Amino acid sequence: MTEETKPFEPVMIGFTCNWCSYRAADMAGISRMKYAPNVRLIRLMCSGRLDPTFVFKAFAGGADAVLVSGCHPGDCHYATQNYKAMRRFYLMKRVLNQLGIESGRIKLLWASAAEGQIFANEITKFVEEVRALGPLNWNKTSAEIPVETKEEVTA
Amino acid sequence: MSNKPKFAMYWAASCGGCEIAVLNIHEKILDVDAAFDVVFWPVAMDAKYKDVEAMQDGEITLCLFNGGMRNDENEHVARLLRKKSKIMVSFGSCACEGCIPGLANFSSIKEMVDTAFTTITTDNPDNLRPQTSYAMPEGIITIPTLNTVLKTLDQVVDVDYYMPGCPPESHQIAAVVDLVIAALNGKAELPPKGATIGAGNSTVCDECTRKRHEKTIKAFGRIQLTHTDPELCLLEQGIPCNGPATRSGCNARCPSAGAQCIGCYGPAEGVVDYGARLIAAFASVIDSDKPDEINQILDGLVDPAGQFYRFNLAGSLLRSSKSAQKG
Repeated sequence: MTEETKPFEPVMIGFTCNWCSYRAADMAGISRMKYAPNVRLIRLMCSGRLDPTFVFKAFAGGADAVLVSGCHPGDCHYATQNYKAMRRFYLMKRVLNQLGIESGRIKLLWASAAEGQIFANEITKFVEEVRALGPLNWNKTSAEIPVETKEEVTA
Repeated sequence: MSNKPKFAMYWAASCGGCEIAVLNIHEKILDVDAAFDVVFWPVAMDAKYKDVEAMQDGEITLCLFNGGMRNDENEHVARLLRKKSKIMVSFGSCACEGCIPGLANFSSIKEMVDTAFTTITTDNPDNLRPQTSYAMPEGIITIPTLNTVLKTLDQVVDVDYYMPGCPPESHQIAAVVDLVIAALNGKAELPPKGATIGAGNSTVCDECTRKRHEKTIKAFGRIQLTHTDPELCLLEQGIPCNGPATRSGCNARCPSAGAQCIGCYGPAEGVVDYGARLIAAFASVIDSDKPDEINQILDGLVDPAGQFYRFNLAGSLLRSSKSAQKG
């Protein structure tokens, strides 16, 4: 294939927590499930450890999308820190939107250690959504950026 | 010409408040005059760019440069003064992080110019726009060309020191003037290159005298619509106060006067991205675990990016990235 006909392969960063979502990814791996290879996973001890700076740095460094994942609400290894991650996620998404990054480029995903299949499916779905959005484009005028702040959290 | 060390101050895209702040050091300005030869300071004296061009490299000892890089003239003078100055200080919020002029980076150049030349406050029936060059019978005349984004000083030239603040507090300027004069006389040592001078190393909260408890917020409010307790931490009362991420050095002036900190001293020591730190701080104190309620509380923050990047947009991690700089 020539350069032009190659499909766009988004570069994506995924933050997982040590106790649930990273183990879901592990489960997907040892069960030999197939899913899109575009997401580079980074393991944190907890989704509550996710400093929004990490996400901003990923986008500044050329990522097309960022995945934030952790234990289901109520299941956090550190009691309530995934709620903190959720609150930060919603605020971060609003700010990123104003800064010119579409809402579809950041996703929050809850996955337990047993949900390897769900994790794999959601990643494949997310990669296709970002592929449809195309590469991160900074040159839009503010009027061209769709304002959308409320979105369902998946899984 | 005397043998005194030479002093220069310049304004690029800025409001002129920094110059006022320098004059506000009162009689200490006489020390500046006694210790330095003021060779270039457009707001205070008549001097031409060609006077600076005629100087030798490094001839100016101290240059306080304020203002952001809005157009090619700003960049030209920044490069020129960098070449001619030994100590180049990025002076004030505009030079350090973009400040209010940097908010234009939320829009394209076209949107910005359209707002300036077509909105209701402008009388422009022929829908004219400024041209950067125009042929007159006497010859071609030009004005500077706008950059696609406003850049900070250190995105264009190498900077020795940063002095934050909008404007820097006069007592801090006086302290820096004293330090430089002492260093010139061999009585003090200058801080390492790249240091932030004339400010603290902690946060505004650290200097704030309001009482603090564990924060839990059910609603964000706007200060003009809220009766606030004068003793209690403003963020605890739901007022979006930028103290937790802002560098100390102003003696918490705004919170002491009953207003929230808006962040003019820029990111505190160790903060990579000012807005990201505030997102973490504000979201963490929201007292809800339910997505709908969280979003409802967040609706109280009317313009979060404006709140978090009022002074810092041009210097922010995302907006100073290479891909964003292109346009």
